[in-house]
Amino acid sequence: MSQFQKKTQITRIERFSSDIVRLTLLAPDIASIAKPGQFVMVRTGNGKEPLLRRPFSISQTSNGKHFQILFKVVGRGTSLLSHCREGEFLSILGPLGHGFTVDCQRLNCLVGGGMGIAPLLFLGKTLSRVCPENTPLVVLGARNREELEPLVQDFHELGLNVHPATDDGSLGHHGLVTDVLKKLDLGDDCEMFVCGPHPMMTAVHFFCRDRGFSCQVSMETSMACGMGACLGCIVPVKNGAYAHACSDGPVFDSKELLWQVS
Amino acid sequence: MASELNSVDLRVSIASLNLKNPVMTASGTFGYAREFEPYVNLHRLGAVVVKGISLEPRFGNPPPRIVETSCGMLNAIGLENVGVERFISEKMPALQQANVPVFVNILGDTLDEYREIASRLAGIEGVAGIEVNISCPNVKKGGVAFGTVPEMAAAVTAVVKENSTVPVMVKLSPNVTDITVIAKAVEDAGADAVSLINTLIGMAINHRSRKPALANVIGGLSGPAIKPVALRMVYQVARAVSIPVVGIGGIETAEDVLEFMLAGATAVQIGTANFVNPRASEEAVEGLARHVATESLGSIRELIGGLILP
Repeated sequence: MSQFQKKTQITRIERFSSDIVRLTLLAPDIASIAKPGQFVMVRTGNGKEPLLRRPFSISQTSNGKHFQILFKVVGRGTSLLSHCREGEFLSILGPLGHGFTVDCQRLNCLVGGGMGIAPLLFLGKTLSRVCPENTPLVVLGARNREELEPLVQDFHELGLNVHPATDDGSLGHHGLVTDVLKKLDLGDDCEMFVCGPHPMMTAVHFFCRDRGFSCQVSMETSMACGMGACLGCIVPVKNGAYAHACSDGPVFDSKELLWQVS
Repeated sequence: MASELNSVDLRVSIASLNLKNPVMTASGTFGYAREFEPYVNLHRLGAVVVKGISLEPRFGNPPPRIVETSCGMLNAIGLENVGVERFISEKMPALQQANVPVFVNILGDTLDEYREIASRLAGIEGVAGIEVNISCPNVKKGGVAFGTVPEMAAAVTAVVKENSTVPVMVKLSPNVTDITVIAKAVEDAGADAVSLINTLIGMAINHRSRKPALANVIGGLSGPAIKPVALRMVYQVARAVSIPVVGIGGIETAEDVLEFMLAGATAVQIGTANFVNPRASEEAVEGLARHVATESLGSIRELIGGLILP
């Protein structure tokens, strides 16, 4: 598997709301081989503080030259990134991990919540290209309209219809994405692609288990290296063992993981 | 310039083992080395130290296992590893191809376990040395005592030494009152070298959730934050023992390596920096070569213990 450590130039910065930012980076080595569900490790500064890189899903590639990351400012690392300027360079490791596996013969359903929507845009774009006869269903949730609307717009530009849900009802269904899923006609051979907050992924996993659907989940954990060395990014699997989000995932068949009903 | 740097003498020796340069990678930060092949020319490193191996496979601690702290990180991995048998059958063949000396870091809960692992590794092709972990803070069983009680540290050292065919380096814990006492104890028990420091025991708390940041509650602190402590302990131990000292703790660059060598280290290990910059170890080698060339030193060995005291 090819991986690179590159100084990549920021070519575009989009601010979707007070705390949601999307960066476009010029990185042909990475963009040309990245697959949906893979991620990069980004150094947020040149100093010793913050020390560690931050993991981000690749939210989209274009022309085999650029890729994008989407994030919400939650701490010092993302705050520093949000203050970058166009033309500056960031040190990137990637593409890392195993992405989504797609099958054009099935009904594909993308389910994203919050910043977990990021890798699903890349997946939606890829599905539109490789399975042109098979339009995927898209269900996206977020806190409110301000957060969700710009992300929904990206899917519309791909020609994909979106079923939105918000916590406050300001856009689409007032409530959870699983409420929306229950009302959709998903047939009997559906494959779900899920990324979002852990409670949401847990709910979708159990929904799929009950219906007999396949379910691929992209897991987010804290991570130091992103390449299988630190062993910090574990997710519980059966029999007391652990898988590593960076090297075994971040995309897993949800049946392989251990889920707890909260 | 390139050819000039290639001819620079960076060689150092750990007992009978000759290394092409003093830069090693620290156990637990470099996987089984192959993970870093996209970034690093492994054959250019002095040696690699692989993830700690126990007699039986271990799952390790529950998550969260790591948390970033100021200029460093805490980890409580809990010694997750594939066990000595799978290490030999699955990991060692690839390492044999890598053309770099391999130190196998070993750990156990009892003297018998250390003895058993050492004897299983004896004679395995490609194992250049053993690093004995007597100092991991993250397991609840007897492991900690081996690193903190001089008699027990000596007993582990003697057992491994008796059952090994390669140089034995003992990795020391900084979580003791006087690290030189432990260093002298393992030297007397036959250790060929000591490496230090392992992580400092620390803790982080999330005041909002009122929970510890690590599921294990406590963990080991590493990274630039611990470098001054490591440098001090290397300095003290190098003056107390006559076997080679391998410096570890917050080393990122060639300048850091030079500081540890001046303090008395014969070689060093780069740890947490590998996570931030996977090329850190190779870049340190390149930086050392430039330093030796521009300072017109006969060899890098001239710097070992060369600290000028006031």
